[in-house]
Amino acid sequence: MPTVSMTVNGKPVSGEVEARTLLVQFLRDQLRLTGTHVGCDTSQCGACVVHVDGESAKSCTMLALQVDGAAITTIEGLANGETLHPMQEAFRNNHGLQCGFCTPGMVMSAIDLVKKNPKASETEIREWLEGNICRCTGYHNIVKSIQEAAGNMGG
Amino acid sequence: MQSVQFEAPGTVDEAVALLAGATGDTRILAGGTDLLVQLRAHMINPGLIIDIKKIDETRSLTKNADGSYTIGAAYAGAEATERDDITKDWPGVVEGWDLIGSTQIQGRASLGGNLCNASPAADSVPAMIVAGMTANIAGPKGRRTIPVQDVPVSPGKTSLGKGEFIVSFNLPGRPKGGGDAYLRLIPRTEMDIAVVGCGVALVLDDSGTVTSAKVSLGAVSAKVLVVDAAAKAIIGTKLDDDALAKLDAACQAAAKPINDKRGTIEYRTKIAGVLARRAVKIAAERAGS
Repeated sequence: MPTVSMTVNGKPVSGEVEARTLLVQFLRDQLRLTGTHVGCDTSQCGACVVHVDGESAKSCTMLALQVDGAAITTIEGLANGETLHPMQEAFRNNHGLQCGFCTPGMVMSAIDLVKKNPKASETEIREWLEGNICRCTGYHNIVKSIQEAAGNMGG
Repeated sequence: MQSVQFEAPGTVDEAVALLAGATGDTRILAGGTDLLVQLRAHMINPGLIIDIKKIDETRSLTKNADGSYTIGAAYAGAEATERDDITKDWPGVVEGWDLIGSTQIQGRASLGGNLCNASPAADSVPAMIVAGMTANIAGPKGRRTIPVQDVPVSPGKTSLGKGEFIVSFNLPGRPKGGGDAYLRLIPRTEMDIAVVGCGVALVLDDSGTVTSAKVSLGAVSAKVLVVDAAAKAIIGTKLDDDALAKLDAACQAAAKPINDKRGTIEYRTKIAGVLARRAVKIAAERAGS
């Protein structure tokens, strides 16, 4: 089996994978980083969003072998010790999650948005999240969380 | 389920050699937004997957000296929207391209993949056809170039021969007085498959008269339709009500949709005419700007 190497949350990792292994399967099943979720298997729900070289991507839409050599950040890589990332903190403050299943993907998508568009309007936030589905329909507080985090992230 | 081999060649020649040496089902990976979903759902069982994104030619978008564009087959819609040149010259082409899926999907989904997936409802195809785009194909017998509309044959099938793949596309320069548009109708606001799609490209003279036009319809036939009668209905006019009524009727007459969960035959037929009217108006406004 081919070997894949990448940096995940700042640590170099490598492993043998079958070519059909998706990035999300490598992260969850081999690295045991189960914070990244699989919600739909069809690239629609966004629960599996991670950062690949700093850009948000659906990790069910990439083979592990495709990101050989890349730097991956997952939800587990955001907090600094006990200190949450401002986006995580804002989700906590604003009840930005109910069941929590979509949350890792929401947070990873939202961080990429604030990086690209620090002053995103409510409409722009909602449009950006078109590929992140919350089955609890808790969008209102998710949007509020992102607005607060944008302010705290220097936006 | 057989094991899959994955290759990411750096040149077209290496990709052609890999394709030529393959025995089982081989799939080309561009953005992967269709391929990987089909793989995961066991709809396909390839022996070899060739990722073409390490080939520079597939990942670049160049405006040439004559105003035309060369677009890599794996260039993503979200990348195109960040370009000032192509979004100004061919907004309709970019609209169709960047409508596909959600934000992260738009960051990967490509024209080559959308075309070769050969869905009758593929959003990028109607606008590519009316813009006069051609596909540069590489294969065991060398390179050839064919019109985009000749690539899909029927749902899921293309005219590409064994060992061939699309490397890039040619998009002509925007003509003086030219404008284009793509519109689709879906039941929700984002992330759905077109009930009907309509691409329009036209040229207006200084008096506002249409001197040339192309109209195409997606999702109302086994492949995208080019509706010559609809174009004829508006050529030589200033897009008055009578011309738009004839355009509408021509699109309705050409549409041969199926009934499915997204729309009935009657609904799709009517919408084909409505979208054509709207797309023509948008294209004409752009032509005048």
